[in-house]
Amino acid sequence: MKPFAKSADFWSGIALAALGAYIVSEAWRWGYLTEEGPGPGFFPLWYGSIMVVLSLALVASAVMKRPTGKPAEAVRWDDLGRALTCWGAFVVSIALMRVVGFAVSFALLTWFIVAVMARRPQRVALPLAIGGALLFYALFELALDLTLPHGMLF
Amino acid sequence: MDIFSGLMQGFQVALSANNLLMCVIGVVLGTVIGVLPGLGPPATIAMLLPLTFKLEPTGAMIMLAGIYYGAKYGGSTTSILLNVPGESSSVVTCIDGYQMARKGRAGPALGMAAISSFIAGTFGVVALMLVAPPLAKISLAFSAPEYFALMVFGLTMVVLLAGESLIKAFLSMLVGLWIAGMGTDLFTATSRFTFGRVELLGGIDFIIVAIGVFAVGEVLANMEPAEPAEMLPVPKGLRNLMPTWDDMKRCRFAFVNGSVVGFLIGILPGAGSTIASFMSYGIEKAVSKHPEEFGQGAIEGVAAPEGANNAETGGALVPLLTLGIPGSGTTAILLAALILWGFKPGPLFIQDQPALFWGLVASMYIGNVLLLILNLPLVAVFAQLLKMPGYAMYPLILGVSIVGVYTADSSMFQLGLLAAFGLFGYAMRKLDFPTAPLVLGLVLGDLMEKALRQSLMMSQGDPSILLRPIPSVLLGLAVLLLVGPLFKKFNAFRVKVIDTEA
Repeated sequence: MKPFAKSADFWSGIALAALGAYIVSEAWRWGYLTEEGPGPGFFPLWYGSIMVVLSLALVASAVMKRPTGKPAEAVRWDDLGRALTCWGAFVVSIALMRVVGFAVSFALLTWFIVAVMARRPQRVALPLAIGGALLFYALFELALDLTLPHGMLF
Repeated sequence: MDIFSGLMQGFQVALSANNLLMCVIGVVLGTVIGVLPGLGPPATIAMLLPLTFKLEPTGAMIMLAGIYYGAKYGGSTTSILLNVPGESSSVVTCIDGYQMARKGRAGPALGMAAISSFIAGTFGVVALMLVAPPLAKISLAFSAPEYFALMVFGLTMVVLLAGESLIKAFLSMLVGLWIAGMGTDLFTATSRFTFGRVELLGGIDFIIVAIGVFAVGEVLANMEPAEPAEMLPVPKGLRNLMPTWDDMKRCRFAFVNGSVVGFLIGILPGAGSTIASFMSYGIEKAVSKHPEEFGQGAIEGVAAPEGANNAETGGALVPLLTLGIPGSGTTAILLAALILWGFKPGPLFIQDQPALFWGLVASMYIGNVLLLILNLPLVAVFAQLLKMPGYAMYPLILGVSIVGVYTADSSMFQLGLLAAFGLFGYAMRKLDFPTAPLVLGLVLGDLMEKALRQSLMMSQGDPSILLRPIPSVLLGLAVLLLVGPLFKKFNAFRVKVIDTEA
């Protein structure tokens, strides 16, 4: 594999160039100028085009970057895995809110972060999870009269 | 209305029981988040903004502003005791503050940080009060072309100083413009970038992006294990926190330097409080009779940057309130807050909303006094927050983020977007794309497009309307700033400033 193919700049440049191309293609359909003046495609066409040019410049700089002789900083998959696991738990808790509502879902998310990710004992995780959910309910729903997500069950 | 009567009206507003309570809540919350590393004012203000919709706007603005400047006071505590900046603008305070603490002078360092913050913060409010009204009068002459050029200049400054890679900062801003452009075009009712989703016809709420990128993204980034830092002890008793008379004499120039430099840098879009504190530290060291002490625990090395980062608040509010142009991520969120409450920050803001403007100014005088009290005798209490484990804090941040987004629209679709932008914010951090240009592009995108299209409608499509005196100067400056990094010396200076900030 070529060294640049491992570069994050190379791949983020490709992704942004694709986004820029999409913006330009959409803007093209909406019209650049109308009888009253600039059309809905006028502004997006400009920033989309600039995005394509700059993204390609980012790709080019990643390709042309000379090897420094130092080993490239390796991706720390463990760290990335932890962040993505937390994100996954966050997404699941949002999806669960449709069924069990905010309080239960938030308690489960808290328990997961404390007990599973931070590896704290249950005597720490459970009070934090239950206490946190009750605190949110008391503060936002009762004291501030705000509506928290309700599910089919709660 | 002259300044004196405006200020009197402001104190009437700020001293009402409700607004005083909001000010206390704001500065306490600000100090707390300033002390806690990993949670900054943009994330906190973004998370709390939707919860303020039921509040009276003046009180809500007083509270959010309190968080903004309160965090700058609190940030120094973490810098001095832990050698980790509680807030990005307190990074320079680590240099001499931590060294003082290691030598057993944590008390005077904390005391000097609070005193200097108070002096310079108050100077910033006085200057804001004196500069904003006349500037608003001058900017009454601005119309669409001038506003467009001003926004281009502001965004250019932010892009220039946002990250080492100018291309990445620029791309980040362009993505912000793209997100801002989603929804129904107000001129022609054309749906843009809605992917066929009805939920996107109204565009993506700024709050979702800000909370996702700043709060959720920050939590994800903090999930990566970090080396725990050792906290130095806080001396007990107010007497042990007070700097000596000799310390105060040594810091005379630092108070002036921090106040003036901080305010002036604050007015410039993009520069921000980190650069203000870096510059005032540099000046202090350059004019000092004993520069060799800097980095070893010189008390002026605490007073100057702490002063600058607090005076910067007053400066940053000048373009925000008189021109409607924010200069940083946090002020962009404050601008969005004002717009969401139905206000129009700009030349007529002070004239149309005197109670809000003068109430805010007066509340900042009060807030600075409250912060001096909080950060002198109560510093030991706040320092205890540093012992709070991350695993207890992160679920709270995620929970408040969910409540904040859901309160704004009661929609599960928006919560899905929140999760998506959280991941996006994390990816930006990992890939070294700065977040401030994204947020500024997002806030200014609509306004910028509107100003450009109005300008071209005024001129019947003739772009030479942008060559009127003010727009041509501002656009010329923007071009110069963008071309500047092509020159080695200019770019080296730019990168040096950014490196210090990082």
